[in-house]
Amino acid sequence: MKKEFQIIAELIKNNTRVLDVGCGDGILMKHLKDNKNVDTRGLEILKNNVQICISKGLPVIEGNAERDLQQFPNLSFDYAILSQTLQAFYNPEKVIDDLLRVANKAIVTIPNFGYWKVRLHLFFKGTMPVTKHLPDEWYNTPNIHMCTIKDFVNLCKEKNISLFKSLALHEQKVSMINKRNLNLKNLFSELGIFLIEK
Amino acid sequence: MNATENIKKIIIEKPLKLDCGKTISNYPIAYETYGKLSEKKDNAILAFHALSGDQFVSGNNPITNKSGWWSCLVGPNKAVDTNKFFVICANVIGGCMGSYGPNSVDTKTNKKLGTNFPVITINDMVNAQYNLLDFFKIDRLFSIMGGSMGGMQVLQFVANYPDKTKTAIPIACTASHSAQNIALNELGRQAIMADNNWKKGDYLNLDNSPDKGLSVARMAAHITYLSQKGLQEKFGRKLQERDDLKFSFDADFQIESYLRHQGSAFVDRFDANSYLYITRAMDYFDLIKQYKGNLSDAFKGSKVKFFIISFTSDWLYPTSENKEIVIALNAAGADVGFIEITSDKGHDSFLLDVPDFLKSVKNFLEANY
Repeated sequence: MKKEFQIIAELIKNNTRVLDVGCGDGILMKHLKDNKNVDTRGLEILKNNVQICISKGLPVIEGNAERDLQQFPNLSFDYAILSQTLQAFYNPEKVIDDLLRVANKAIVTIPNFGYWKVRLHLFFKGTMPVTKHLPDEWYNTPNIHMCTIKDFVNLCKEKNISLFKSLALHEQKVSMINKRNLNLKNLFSELGIFLIEK
Repeated sequence: MNATENIKKIIIEKPLKLDCGKTISNYPIAYETYGKLSEKKDNAILAFHALSGDQFVSGNNPITNKSGWWSCLVGPNKAVDTNKFFVICANVIGGCMGSYGPNSVDTKTNKKLGTNFPVITINDMVNAQYNLLDFFKIDRLFSIMGGSMGGMQVLQFVANYPDKTKTAIPIACTASHSAQNIALNELGRQAIMADNNWKKGDYLNLDNSPDKGLSVARMAAHITYLSQKGLQEKFGRKLQERDDLKFSFDADFQIESYLRHQGSAFVDRFDANSYLYITRAMDYFDLIKQYKGNLSDAFKGSKVKFFIISFTSDWLYPTSENKEIVIALNAAGADVGFIEITSDKGHDSFLLDVPDFLKSVKNFLEANY
């Protein structure tokens, strides 16, 4: 299991209810179910991934977060997970609102557009950045709302969302993000991982 | 009709109060089984058939000498593997394959019941079939499954008996029959009743049956089981054994000939009154109303694992209606999976060799067994 999922799993308490939005092939769900006795539900847009999840015995429904999150009742989960997909939504703000409506807390991870390699790519090459975490070209990328770690922190501030835990991931190393090191982390981290609550 | 006499039947002595208010008892339920019930009795699957189905799910149907209606899905080494699972299917009450229905004989008059048979509901069908669990001494089924009207029975079964199955697979169905569905069923009923041979349902005691009416009903219904794309690809404007149009009302087009064949083949194996009763039961099905407008109450506290399946080209029970069930289940906090299978074979997809569909049922069952 990739480092990002390990960190997410550590943020989740045992015996809780978790909704994994964009659960992919269900690796994280299965891990939470088997190791933390978590009651998981998944929402996934790709049919093939839904098939894989069903074959693992995971309760996953095919759907699109922007349309299908609304079906879940208020606070029906302890956590909602959204891994590296916020930037692909037409209306990321609404998705965050929905995550925090259906769950007590949300864990959101974002590929950091403020990472120095991304900045240098645009600065020197003058073309839209293509990196390990952002492998697509501008014309075929699903990522239409890229943001930086700092952007996300600012959004939470503006929306009165509490940041319980802000973590930065860079080359398998995790570190805390705080007010003092925000600019630095925003420059040197590939991924931001946030545990938020309204 | 020796084959009909060999149909397996149990007589249900226990009285059943129907939704219409009447009570029935000592009535027959015809059934068939596939595979072997395990010692622990933990491998039983109850399959529910759709409008035109019967208890002969798999293998050879002894009455029609054709393959069972769910042979693509159920059988040895199939997705529902009868080497592993014990599959039970009963003919619904109101049906015409041995269970209590309009062609049962009224013991008082010694005549066929016809329209003296009470109007039944999906709820009545399910409650009648529930007696099979007692008969096989099964405390809890491993799964229940069905498509179309079979799916409605799955939903009703879980609502009525939430502890009696571990998993449930409602396929291509709805929680509440739509105006479009009622309209299409009414078309079929009117075709039957407009046939002079119908005689207000008394034809079974007379010489001729309303074959034309039933056949038109089937033709109309059959169109609704297909998709525009499927029809166009299979038939297009192809002509039937002729080089040019004949400027007549014969079956010039292959699609006409196909539908006529579907209609006349159906008449050989189905009873017109049964068609009226079963379509009526479907029209009356409204699980949302049964739970006073809140479908999720039907599944409240349910420990059953659900797997809902719909098909992209099914316009009779479209994905949106299947998704309403998913939404209600999520609102009830139930354990639910859902997938929409890509297929251009329309509503009929659940009966056909659609590999993604077969695979998903297999995977779900194996993962939960």
